[in-house]
Amino acid sequence: MAKRIEASGVSSYYGSFKAIDGISMTVEPKTITALIGPSGCGKSTFLRSINRMHEVLPNARIEGRLTIDDQNIYDPDVDVTAVRRMIGMVFQRPNPFPTMSIYENVVAGLKLNGVKKKSVLDDAAEKSLKSANLWDEVKDRLNRPGAGLSGGQQQRLCIARTIAVEPQVVLMDEPCSALDPISTLAIEDLMFKLKDRFTIIIVTHNMQQAARVSDKTGFFSIDKTGEPGRLIEYDDTQKIFSNPTEKKTEDYITGRFG
Amino acid sequence: MGDFPSRSASTNAGGPGVTARHIRSAGNGVSPIPPDDRPPLGGGSALPRKSRFSLETGFKGLSTAAGAMVLVIIVAIAIFLISKAVPALNANDESFLTAKEWFPNETPPHFGIAALAFGTLLTSVIALLVAVPIALGIALFLSHYAPKRLATPLGFVIDLLAAVPSVVFGLWGRDVFSQPVQHFSEWLNKYFSWIPLFGGDGPFGRSILLGSLVLAIMVLPIVTSLSREVFQQTPGMNEDAALALGATKWEMIRTAVLPYGKPGVIAAVMLGLGRALGETIALALTLGTTFVISFNLIQSGGNSIAANIANTFGEANATGRGALIASGLVLFAITLVVNMAARAIIYRRREFRDSAA
Amino acid sequence: MSLLERETSGVVMTPDNIRTRKLPVAIDLGIAVVALVLAAAIVLGAGIGNWVLVIVVGAILYLVGLYFAAGRVEGKRAAKNKIARAMIYSACILAVLPLASVVWTLVSKGAARLDGDFFGSSMNNIGARDANGGAYHAIIGTLEQVGIATLMAVPLGVLGAIYLVEYGRGRFALTVRFFVDVMTGIPSIVAGLFVLAFWVLIVSPWFNNGTPRFSGFAASLALTVLMLPTIVRSTEEMLRLVPGPLREGAYALGVPQWKTILRVVLPTALPGIVTGVMLAVARAAGETAPVLLVAGGAAAINMDPFSGNQSSLSLFVYQQASDASKFAPDRAWTAALTLVALVLILTIAAKLLARRNRLS
Repeated sequence: MAKRIEASGVSSYYGSFKAIDGISMTVEPKTITALIGPSGCGKSTFLRSINRMHEVLPNARIEGRLTIDDQNIYDPDVDVTAVRRMIGMVFQRPNPFPTMSIYENVVAGLKLNGVKKKSVLDDAAEKSLKSANLWDEVKDRLNRPGAGLSGGQQQRLCIARTIAVEPQVVLMDEPCSALDPISTLAIEDLMFKLKDRFTIIIVTHNMQQAARVSDKTGFFSIDKTGEPGRLIEYDDTQKIFSNPTEKKTEDYITGRFG
Repeated sequence: MGDFPSRSASTNAGGPGVTARHIRSAGNGVSPIPPDDRPPLGGGSALPRKSRFSLETGFKGLSTAAGAMVLVIIVAIAIFLISKAVPALNANDESFLTAKEWFPNETPPHFGIAALAFGTLLTSVIALLVAVPIALGIALFLSHYAPKRLATPLGFVIDLLAAVPSVVFGLWGRDVFSQPVQHFSEWLNKYFSWIPLFGGDGPFGRSILLGSLVLAIMVLPIVTSLSREVFQQTPGMNEDAALALGATKWEMIRTAVLPYGKPGVIAAVMLGLGRALGETIALALTLGTTFVISFNLIQSGGNSIAANIANTFGEANATGRGALIASGLVLFAITLVVNMAARAIIYRRREFRDSAA
Repeated sequence: MSLLERETSGVVMTPDNIRTRKLPVAIDLGIAVVALVLAAAIVLGAGIGNWVLVIVVGAILYLVGLYFAAGRVEGKRAAKNKIARAMIYSACILAVLPLASVVWTLVSKGAARLDGDFFGSSMNNIGARDANGGAYHAIIGTLEQVGIATLMAVPLGVLGAIYLVEYGRGRFALTVRFFVDVMTGIPSIVAGLFVLAFWVLIVSPWFNNGTPRFSGFAASLALTVLMLPTIVRSTEEMLRLVPGPLREGAYALGVPQWKTILRVVLPTALPGIVTGVMLAVARAAGETAPVLLVAGGAAAINMDPFSGNQSSLSLFVYQQASDASKFAPDRAWTAALTLVALVLILTIAAKLLARRNRLS
């Protein structure tokens, strides 16, 4: 299931503004990769470039090569919707569809893909909610609005919705930044569990979180506002947090910068 | 327009609710003048007492009265219309609600609202059936398809069209649009006269069809502009969520935009209905002024409550005026119900959204 | 191996192949041409209509053809996406046609009588055979009626909004707010009938030896009823945008609330309030029905809004449109052009003002 992602020389633009410059990195299947760095350094832009959500914004474009198991996802004959089904995404703030019930939220992606059979939807909903560690909390109120759950539960609901379509890569854009510490731990536990099935890339502001959950860590930074963000260092998490090669990385993780 | 906080405000956590409360507490909670029963602080001399009649209470009373004026006017409308309608209704020789003809100036006067009310509803419903799908299409185009450079001026033009006086649309419908509609009616009659809607022997032209289409063109900008507002307020993160699940653009709209905007669209349609029901001059200039109940859309004819008031007011005597006022009372009641329903939907939606944010 | 693959054959959730075939533009165009030709053959061949029908049938055939072609090449979901887009675009084209026709007719027909005589004379002593005659009296009427209505509606509306934002609390304020919104939907003819029943038939006889009298002022009253809710709503919105700290700053200096409102809050919100007032004025200037009912219309110049019949631009358009004279349509269109120009200038100025002074 899980796939390898390879970026080489990826630069993303918003109109004429270059948000990130020449990012190259390889993400191995079934690992958790954390992207850290100060605000505005392009971590999220890079993440959104991986499943082509970057281009949803007006005037956004991208240069370079991004491949998933050797298929360049930016080739002109690529179906964007297929890319996004293959590379799911969890967003910074929980965003369940406000008009849908918990159940409808989980199976929304399946319904889009033409799955109509009730038994399949039921099974998929249960399985996804169990994978997202949410089943026990919501199994008695599947038909209640998704927006009625707590923040942490909503975020796990969004994770369930994302993995219900069985992607191969899951991108997480600061998934815990809007959550309390207990909910954050629940999500981190979940990430360890999902690692068996998916390649996970997570953007986080929280360095402890990066150190706790990830196998590899990429450090992004910018020289000053208005400059594009760059990947300063990318290595095993262990190494980044104990013995980084770059001075900038060391400054950042020891709190002397950013 | 302006019934909802801006998009950015609604995507912030608790944005609108927090600011509203903030302003409220600043305006009401904190009294600038210390209350009477407060003990002097620090043992100094007593603080000045609140005077019973101050400019403050005067100003407050004045503004409260101005606010209450709205309720007074609505009640006054009902009272005065009823007071003038009752004498005419008492003199009426027919049942006001079921009679079709309108001869309030004869002795004895006989008139009824049935044909007029029917015409009012029929023209409005057809106008909405035509206008709403097109309006929603344009609203989606403006909110989700057009590039911003095109959407902003186009939205501006739509707003301007909503401001064009109805008499202009009426004049256009009568002088210009009646020609193509007449040709179209003749064509419909030639090939589809077996459908009762398009039957009849003519003449065609100043018909329910013409009136309804002119109405449709008039309510189009209103429904478009309100629907565009709600579509634009769809939380961007929900659109992102749908796209990230691999939805096509249309699927994203079906999953995130349309369900979110549904109450707002219903309200917009009902406000459009309110406008169509009350439209006077455009229909007075385009309908054929008959007093029959018929579903035939293309034969010259048709009438509405408001158009009838404008058309027959000139030669009405005292009873005739009373009869017209009675018909206006019916129109007032209908539009009041429609508008209250629309507003209730908008209010409930706002509460729902504020509590969910 | 996955649950879905086991249960639903044919549904591939995460295809290994992310590539897709796209419908070439040439085929898209080809379908359009074939659809048009086919439509022309059917319609003209059977003699059942003219070019309009050809286009309508052609458009329908094109959509159907596109759906099937795209469905085959790109899949059903992409085809639906395409059709939805095509329908949305055609909705725009469909709506633009009549609106463009309105604008075009206004300009082309309205220019016919755009002369000094039109703006300098009234319809007094103008018979059916006279080509001249103008809207001077109507313009006077519009200006006076809308002016007086504005003088009445603005203080009332602004005070009402102040009540809603600064003082109003609880059930009563909610009720007021709700009915302000409901009142925006009251048909203008009902407002006209109300003033007819209340002012013209009941109050005006007191001042006129017992006989009811039409007047421009009565029209102003009706326009006030129509403008009031619009002004309350727009002012209310602007007042709510005034930042709380601004008020708190004044309270902290010991300024009483009414003074704070008049000296701090209102001036801050002023540009927005003016915008709302201008939009309300524009709407009122275009109203015909109430003026018809309570001002009666007149052919001669009447400068006194408090006694005797008056006309207005919109009423002038309506009356000329109903006039049998062959010169009436020209006058009607020129008056309509004048009216639209007036209304649009007000509206555009209001919107530009709003854009420049956005409080947020």
